Amino acid sequence: MTAPSNIAIEFVHVDYAVNGCTLISDLNLAVRSHEALILLGRSGSGKTTALKLINRLLSPSRGEVRVEGRATHDWDPIQLRRSIGYAVQEVGLFPHYTVEANVALVPKIEGWDRERIQQRVSEMLSLVGVPYEQFAGRYPHELSGGQRQRVGLARALAANPPILLMDEPFGALDALTRTELQRQFKLLQRRLGTTVVFVTHDINEALLLGDRIALIERGSCIGAFSRTEFLSSDDENVKAFVEIYRAGR
Amino acid sequence: MSFVEFAMKHRVEILTLSLEHLRLVLWSILYALLIGIPLGVLIVRRPRMRAFILGTNNMIQTIPSLALFGLLLPVPWLGLRADRLTITALTLYALLPIVRNTYTGIHQVDPAVLEVATGMGLTGRQILWHVQIPLAFPVILSGVRIATVITIGIATVAAAIGAGGLGEFIFRGLAMVDNNVILAGAIPAALMALIADGMIGMLQRGARWRR
Repeated sequence: MTAPSNIAIEFVHVDYAVNGCTLISDLNLAVRSHEALILLGRSGSGKTTALKLINRLLSPSRGEVRVEGRATHDWDPIQLRRSIGYAVQEVGLFPHYTVEANVALVPKIEGWDRERIQQRVSEMLSLVGVPYEQFAGRYPHELSGGQRQRVGLARALAANPPILLMDEPFGALDALTRTELQRQFKLLQRRLGTTVVFVTHDINEALLLGDRIALIERGSCIGAFSRTEFLSSDDENVKAFVEIYRAGR
Repeated sequence: MSFVEFAMKHRVEILTLSLEHLRLVLWSILYALLIGIPLGVLIVRRPRMRAFILGTNNMIQTIPSLALFGLLLPVPWLGLRADRLTITALTLYALLPIVRNTYTGIHQVDPAVLEVATGMGLTGRQILWHVQIPLAFPVILSGVRIATVITIGIATVAAAIGAGGLGEFIFRGLAMVDNNVILAGAIPAALMALIADGMIGMLQRGARWRR
């Protein structure tokens, strides 16, 4: 049974429990190809857990998570993860590798030849606004927070994955840098057409970056809304977020 | 005669025995690394073996060095050559710091970093090679440093079974009740330990990615 070709990721009646604690409860959600879907929710709502179910860092206790039509269960986990870029907050870059070595890592273990890797690294770094000549040889601790996040993004995209998962990647940055990165990211995503699933608790970020917003509350998806649908929804949970958004304007 | 005069007079013999001593130490450390580091890596993944391996290593450490030499003497093949026996014993003593530090070093790598590495699609072996071992390296090196200094010290006992090394002077000097002879063994050994410790220390500081 294959999913319609425009659904990149699908959660079908997914439960996830660990140590008797249910973190995900009957989650149903479809992510369309090429869209940027935001998983929005409070802390502890299960959005990061849901994200980790996609690249099989976690496995569902019940139900299926399908990536490109196939259950994560049926994929070879290594192949699955190499087809999915993964960018997280703070922890990310390997401190003992230079910027170049970090970005080149997945292509390298995929066996690309050296020239192609170097070209790709250079391309990715300029895509995220971190010039190769200046930064390739630097170590992560020699970069600013914003630069580290950019390099983390370059690394996640290096092997050209069709899907990108991001877990609050801009959270630890100051407001100015964050806004700048958000804007640039949006343009980048549009340009590359990568399917993105982006976790955040920040309503402003969600409305700025998302084609659709999936509200996650207590391990379930309340609904997936477009921007206008979200702002005009009658759902209590949605309205709570909208209020914060409007208060901030 | 002052010690300096004595040392100058016997400098050839001091050098010869120092080189002999060094040879015993280097082989032992090499074997301890070749056995100890893989062993340390192994017990990271197998908690059940960990207690056994670390426990055995601990037990070896508690055996007084002279006694261990004596216990190994009757062992076939091993006991036949003094240097073979010595290197075996020294390797056994060097194992604990290396195994334990390899284990600790790898074990204390931030699990969040491991999760990212897994999420990127690295296999277990790739994670070991690209993430765990490099990040554990300073701790492992610390273990090597300790092992080296201990080995240089215990190697002096080797002279008791005729394996040579700087212990020769020490035992001879004790028998002759001659301080100069004792010092001719003790000082080079101590210097060797200090230099080794210093050199490995420099290696530890050398890694540029650690600020």
